[in-house]
Amino acid sequence: MAAVTETNHALKLTGRYALLVAVALIFVLPILFMVVSSLKPDRQLLSDTSSFAAFLPVGDISVGNYFAAFDRAPVGLFIFNSVFITVVTVVISLFLCSLAAFAFAYLEFRGKNIVLSVIIATLIIPFETIAIPMLMVVNSLPWIGAEGLQWGWLNTYHVQIVPFLADALTIFLFVQYFKDLPKELIEAARLDGATWFEVYRLVIVPIAGPVFATAAILKFLIMYNQYLWPLMVTQSEQFRPVMVGLQYFFQLNTAWGEVMAYLSMITIPVLVFYLVLQRAFIASIASTGIKG
Amino acid sequence: MAGLEFKDIRKSYGNVEVIKGVDLSIEHGEFVVFVGPSGCGKSTLLRMIAGLEDITDGDLFIGDKRVNTVQPRDRGVAMVFQSYALYPHMTVYDNVGFGLRLNKTPKDERDAKIREAARILQMENLLDRRPAQLSGGQRQRVAIGRAIVRNPDVFLFDEPLSNLDAALRGSMRMEISKLHQQLDATMIYVTHDQVEAMTLADKIVVLNAGVVQQIGSPLELYNYPANLFVAGFIGSPQMNLLPVTVEAVDERTVTVASSDVPSTRIPVASARGIRGGDSITLGLRPHLLAHSEVGGITGKVLLVEHLGNETIANFALNSGEQLVAALPGSAELSNGVTLSLGFDVADARLFGTDGTAIPVADRPFR
Ligand SMILES: Nc1ncnc2c1ncn2[C@@H]1O[C@H](COP(=O)(O)OP(=O)(O)O)[C@@H](O)[C@H]1O
Ligand SMILES: [Mg+2]
Repeated sequence: MAAVTETNHALKLTGRYALLVAVALIFVLPILFMVVSSLKPDRQLLSDTSSFAAFLPVGDISVGNYFAAFDRAPVGLFIFNSVFITVVTVVISLFLCSLAAFAFAYLEFRGKNIVLSVIIATLIIPFETIAIPMLMVVNSLPWIGAEGLQWGWLNTYHVQIVPFLADALTIFLFVQYFKDLPKELIEAARLDGATWFEVYRLVIVPIAGPVFATAAILKFLIMYNQYLWPLMVTQSEQFRPVMVGLQYFFQLNTAWGEVMAYLSMITIPVLVFYLVLQRAFIASIASTGIKG
Repeated sequence: MAGLEFKDIRKSYGNVEVIKGVDLSIEHGEFVVFVGPSGCGKSTLLRMIAGLEDITDGDLFIGDKRVNTVQPRDRGVAMVFQSYALYPHMTVYDNVGFGLRLNKTPKDERDAKIREAARILQMENLLDRRPAQLSGGQRQRVAIGRAIVRNPDVFLFDEPLSNLDAALRGSMRMEISKLHQQLDATMIYVTHDQVEAMTLADKIVVLNAGVVQQIGSPLELYNYPANLFVAGFIGSPQMNLLPVTVEAVDERTVTVASSDVPSTRIPVASARGIRGGDSITLGLRPHLLAHSEVGGITGKVLLVEHLGNETIANFALNSGEQLVAALPGSAELSNGVTLSLGFDVADARLFGTDGTAIPVADRPFR
């Protein structure tokens, strides 16, 4: 009996690892292909795709594609624009959405459930359907900037930031998490003399690390991958983000090596952000003892 | 100085009224226990005092200030929750000091108060730990410490001991009692456990279904229950409640009998409203029944529990009713034996057709 269960166990374990390795490969191989290809001249890159060599840094390896990419497009500017727009949006939207969710989760006010339902209902509206109306709206909005009052938001950073500061998905994530926290914690803080904002800042935020991290990652990816909207609202190079910049590489003849080099470079901020947040995520679970 | 005054306090959730008009006054420094079965509205009442629930109707005074619309923090109350509700990301020190930090108490004063609370609760060695590293009893202390440092006029406890094991519950009960003597504060304590209520309270408020059944000292409630609910709820083992028929009434006595109970004249303060032939209830405390050779209630022993200091015996009576008697520990009984039990008529309690107590003879009744 014991022997049988032991073999069984070993088999199960092997199976599980095999599955994990397979899944890991599915995720890693495209990235590996991208990085490896960015080091190859176009001709070899294309011929290698017919064999396993596509994933190996073999043959004529150089960083020439990277120099070429910089020549073709202002890569640094695009990455700066994207990181700037994304980070500002993530920081402000986490603050706004968590505050809104705090109100929905803990405060009593007239029409609360209706408002929340309407917000959540917007989840099913695809961005594409509202892109044009939104463009018309932002085109006629005022903005007070360095040059004084101006009308129309096109060709700016804020046109890429403000419309995304509050979104249903982020609010919904926070509401769900907050509703699961023990109500007595908030009540105890209220009795201890905390204002609502102090309850938020000193009690809820410190124990909501996991949901902040989750929301930040989601929002970061959505913002960093923005394509349609910035394409519509930025005519000049100066404010364009990385995804719009990708167009520079698909002209008469597509230079695949340069595309891969560009993609490799614009992936770096995502990885850095993800690794930093993952640490924060784990640290926050460990320190509060509250499960996510 | 802060007593409390409840004037026809009501609470509804939607159309459901869960507190149905409570009138109550609590003196400064009193230890008051709200007791009643689960769901009767004890927590709701306590939370209305704390300001965590709106008061639907009526007036609540703390001291001489009407507090219906006063913020929780401005009511001078501190609350200990059943789940303790410690801030998981803060050390014990910071948990206890959170309220002081919020009201901007200077650092050294804050430190002194936290350490004083820790000393009173004997948890000086726990100050650097986080709640997750504490046992249930230790968490309870921290929760109480958090209440103490705020130096409130009124302490509110919502079933604070129900998550602890029996031994710890006993010792914490003593500590809370001691704390009450030390602190000179009003304490309001909610429990569904009548033993806890009896041991802690100066004054017990018995609630059922959102209605106050009786207010009084533990002994008043035990000796003079106002109605059948209180009679059955307070005291362990429960009071025996036997259906009887009124045979005769005069101004100062009611004579009752049934197939189990021989005709007995019971003195009352006033028999107003009682008529011959009424079906009423005779209440007999198990501890006030004794073996008797003649007359009395006769029953067959069903079950015997020898506790050493006393013997609890369950009897089956002729009518099928059951009766519990607490007899001396020396009583040797065995199942199936038939026995006769007597009682002093002054110890008998009568409850009228509507379930309210018929005033007892030797006691001026309110
Ligand atoms: N937020 C609420 N919404 C609706 N009903 C509630 C709410 N809180 C409590 N109740 C109801 O009020 C009654 C009293 O509850 P509670 O005061 O918690 O009882 P207890 O503490 O005596 O067990 C219960 O019937 C409960 O279901
Ligand atoms: Mg309760």
